[in-house]
Amino acid sequence: MVNDGTTTKSGLAQTSGQFSTFFVADLFFGVDVLRVQEVLRFQQMTRVPQAPDVIEGLINLRGQIVTAIDMRRRLRLPPRAGDQTPMNMVVRTEDGAVSLLVDEIGDVLDVDAATYERPPENLDPAARELIRGVYKLKDRLLLVLDAERTVDLTAGRAA
Amino acid sequence: MQDEDVIREFLVESHENLSRLDQELVELEKHPKDAELLASIFRTFHTIKGTCGFLAFSTLERITHQAETLLSQLREGRRDLNPSLVSLVLDTVDATRRVLGSIEASGEEGSEHFEGLTERLRVAAQLTRAAEDKPMPILTPPSAADVKPISVLTPPPAVEVPVPAVERADSDIAAEHTEDKSRDGEVAKSSAVADSNIRVGVGLLDKLMDLVGELVLTRNQILQFNTEREDAALNVTSQRLNLITTELQEGVMKTRMQPIGMVWNKLPRVVRDMATSLGKQILLEMDGTETELDRTIIEAIKDPLVHLVRNSCDHGIELPEVRARAGKSLQGTLTLRAYHEGGQVNIEIADDGAGIDVAQVKQKAIEKGFLRPEQAEKLTDREALNMVFQPGFSTAKTITNVSGRGVGLDVVKSNIEKIGGIVDVFSRPGEGTTVKLKIPLTLAIIPGLVITSGGERFVIPQVSLLELIRLEGDSGEKHIERVHGTPVYRRRGTLLPIAYLNQVLGLKSPERADVVSMVVLQAEDRQFGLVVDGINDTQEIVVKPLSKQLKGLTVYAGATIMGDGRVALILDVLGIGQRSGVLAESREQARAAAEQKTQFGSEQQRLLLFRAGSFERLAVPLSLVARLEEFPQSSIEHAGGCQVVQYRDRILPLIPLRDVLESGAPVKDLMADPVQVIVFNDGDRSVGLMVDQILDVAEENVTVRQKTARVGLLGSAVVGKHVADFIDLNEVIRAGAADWFQSAGKSANNMRVLVVEASAFSRGLMRSALDMAGYRVVEAANLDQALRSLEQHPVDIVVTALDLPPDGSSALLTAMRQRTEWQGIPVLALVDSAEQVQTGTAQTAGFQDCQVKFDREAMLGSLARLAATLASSEAALACVGGER
Repeated sequence: MVNDGTTTKSGLAQTSGQFSTFFVADLFFGVDVLRVQEVLRFQQMTRVPQAPDVIEGLINLRGQIVTAIDMRRRLRLPPRAGDQTPMNMVVRTEDGAVSLLVDEIGDVLDVDAATYERPPENLDPAARELIRGVYKLKDRLLLVLDAERTVDLTAGRAA
Repeated sequence: MQDEDVIREFLVESHENLSRLDQELVELEKHPKDAELLASIFRTFHTIKGTCGFLAFSTLERITHQAETLLSQLREGRRDLNPSLVSLVLDTVDATRRVLGSIEASGEEGSEHFEGLTERLRVAAQLTRAAEDKPMPILTPPSAADVKPISVLTPPPAVEVPVPAVERADSDIAAEHTEDKSRDGEVAKSSAVADSNIRVGVGLLDKLMDLVGELVLTRNQILQFNTEREDAALNVTSQRLNLITTELQEGVMKTRMQPIGMVWNKLPRVVRDMATSLGKQILLEMDGTETELDRTIIEAIKDPLVHLVRNSCDHGIELPEVRARAGKSLQGTLTLRAYHEGGQVNIEIADDGAGIDVAQVKQKAIEKGFLRPEQAEKLTDREALNMVFQPGFSTAKTITNVSGRGVGLDVVKSNIEKIGGIVDVFSRPGEGTTVKLKIPLTLAIIPGLVITSGGERFVIPQVSLLELIRLEGDSGEKHIERVHGTPVYRRRGTLLPIAYLNQVLGLKSPERADVVSMVVLQAEDRQFGLVVDGINDTQEIVVKPLSKQLKGLTVYAGATIMGDGRVALILDVLGIGQRSGVLAESREQARAAAEQKTQFGSEQQRLLLFRAGSFERLAVPLSLVARLEEFPQSSIEHAGGCQVVQYRDRILPLIPLRDVLESGAPVKDLMADPVQVIVFNDGDRSVGLMVDQILDVAEENVTVRQKTARVGLLGSAVVGKHVADFIDLNEVIRAGAADWFQSAGKSANNMRVLVVEASAFSRGLMRSALDMAGYRVVEAANLDQALRSLEQHPVDIVVTALDLPPDGSSALLTAMRQRTEWQGIPVLALVDSAEQVQTGTAQTAGFQDCQVKFDREAMLGSLARLAATLASSEAALACVGGER
């Protein structure tokens, strides 16, 4: 269940796989397609007072309670426009399913491993923590999201 | 009663084992060299034999014992397997089965003695391999077809003349076929118990429970849906679904239920052994053994129960002569009682012993530093009695091997609370003590009260709920009064502390309403009112755990899905109480102390937080602080270039902390009036530290640390989510009141102390305390450094943490005792908890003394004693002069 091939630890080249893509502000992200459980429209959300602010709330996913993390806040980006409802991208992690709230869902893309590069050194620390690498697509850059780190809210705090 | 249960289990288990044996033996004939198979068969017989011996079924024990002997010979390779042996073993299996049948029917083994079989087994066991080889050589493993007729060989009738197995081997298969049938019948009858019971994996039951949980949720949703529509057909169907679901839920829950008798069974033995070893007479009475509990809960209460029973035997019930003097019967009675009440199970452990002396408990609590005398006076008897559950508390005057070490009752409490239970103790001096446990029936599906606050719905577990209060009319809010800003409510004459859920959770407060809804909650043994916006209804809810990202929030116990499909959070009453501060501090301390105990070696301590100059958060261990005082600016005088104040008929030198920390900064301006002063004591001298503001007292595991080079600071650490700088008291005082320090140096004995402690932070604190007391300090972080320091500096006394890396401080002790020049150096061990001091482990390990790590006074006292003995012994050796 957990072994879906995306758990490479280092920033070395990914196996040339397929990525589910999505947008957060003007950033174009990809997560290994096998990691994505499903994509949902915005769901009714139960707020969790006192929770870290990146946690938008809890959703009921067919009887399973799933925590939703707002990717804008996770990446310390400005909030989305008031009329824009985010989408739920439910990803499987070591601690069960977690929903990532993103602006828009993109296509599933095949990428060429040769176009992979490590993220630039001068990346914003908030983003650097979560971005494993970059694929240089023809017209834009695909940022590979580290799903485990994204859902681990303690990561990067202690350092 | 208990025996029957045990026998029943034995029967079920043995029937299963025997069926397996049949198969395995047949398999073994095909693969005679299969060691694993042989071992399994051997084990099965061994198990049955062992249980029979335990239950005193002698015939069965004899038979199985002999079969076992035979099998062990096979196993050791002292003989080879042949069909006659297999049939002999199978005969044994059948005989065993018959005896089991008889046990099931009559409770006894029956009149059959199986002499024939026994004799055959005996003879077979005596035959050597050589003797056996000739008449019955086994050339090839027989084919399956061959095996079959042999395996149905019937056991000989009880009166059968002994025939050596070798001769009987392949005869009279057909002859005994008739008997075969009758035996089949018997076998069928004998396995009646086995047939009516199926062993089911716990995993499957848990899975079923999960599914039922889902079903309950779906049912709730359908019911909600139903109320929104007016459809007669749907109404009927959903009502039916409702009923079935409830029944199914109960049924599945029952499959996981076990009678509490399962746990109690071992208690008679415990009590008997205790009574014997203590020289007491104790009668154990059990009432309600059939009361059922979820198996996870049964597991969880097992150890606490045993502990409580032992405790009652040891401390509760008196010796016969004491009882006689008190006019009681010589035999004490210990009563266990279990019963259902309000969806919970109550378990009482009552003894008719001496009871608990409340005054003594209070006295002990004061001695142990849990309470101040004035606090003790205010405690009700009930609160005082519950002090016995504090970690490190024991009223036993002597420590026996049974109990009295002050370890255990707190563990009992925390274990019971972990599963949502409550522990209470009642006692009447001279009449006895009753410990009452209230335990939920199950953990997965619980009744809960749905409330709203700040527009959100929350669920409060019914278990914690005492009552609902609705304050109406224009005076709604007026019923809530304030004591120095703290809201309270007069509930039947006593003040109930109040928390507002909106405030606790940081939600928007509603418009000021006329109606105040309040739920009265119980957490541990404290009660408080929680004001909410609205109270809805009660529901059966399925508790789901929160994801890892939310685990840190103590205010929630989990989440659930409501009838409308939305998620609602379940409040953790204890967490809410603590967060809002309505639960009294003593509890917090106990909890903190308990945590400290579990996290061995962590540095939990109470810190005084304050502000001075540009340092917003400064910290100093509270243990170093003598008092906090306020002095008006006008009372501060100057003497000898130093600020002083007259304090308790003496002159107290004052150190302006911000001047020390920010030397050169243009200050001297607005010092608050009155001036806040932290007073530190050393023996009979004091020094005051002027700070801008006292912030708080925090109890913390000091975590992230960073050394600073700045004068007057030890380093920084995270205290309560914010970074605080620890002041280096030693340096501050040296800088601020140099002459005070010098005089301190003169008055102290100037001995050299080696401090061995892995944590630089702890070392710093110890050094500060020792420096102030006038010792010269050498530091070492581990064994190697310590030994090196010993070689480089003459050391008078060694102070070491007991948990010294890598192998504890005993390695240091051993190394020191091997060198003649180090043999005489006294070693003081520092431990993490008072219990370790009590148990005296350190002394037995060869340390001169043992103290709690952060108890400064105790450490200095101990050092002074060690120093005194050193000085006197050296005086005896006429080492006059020298440094000291």
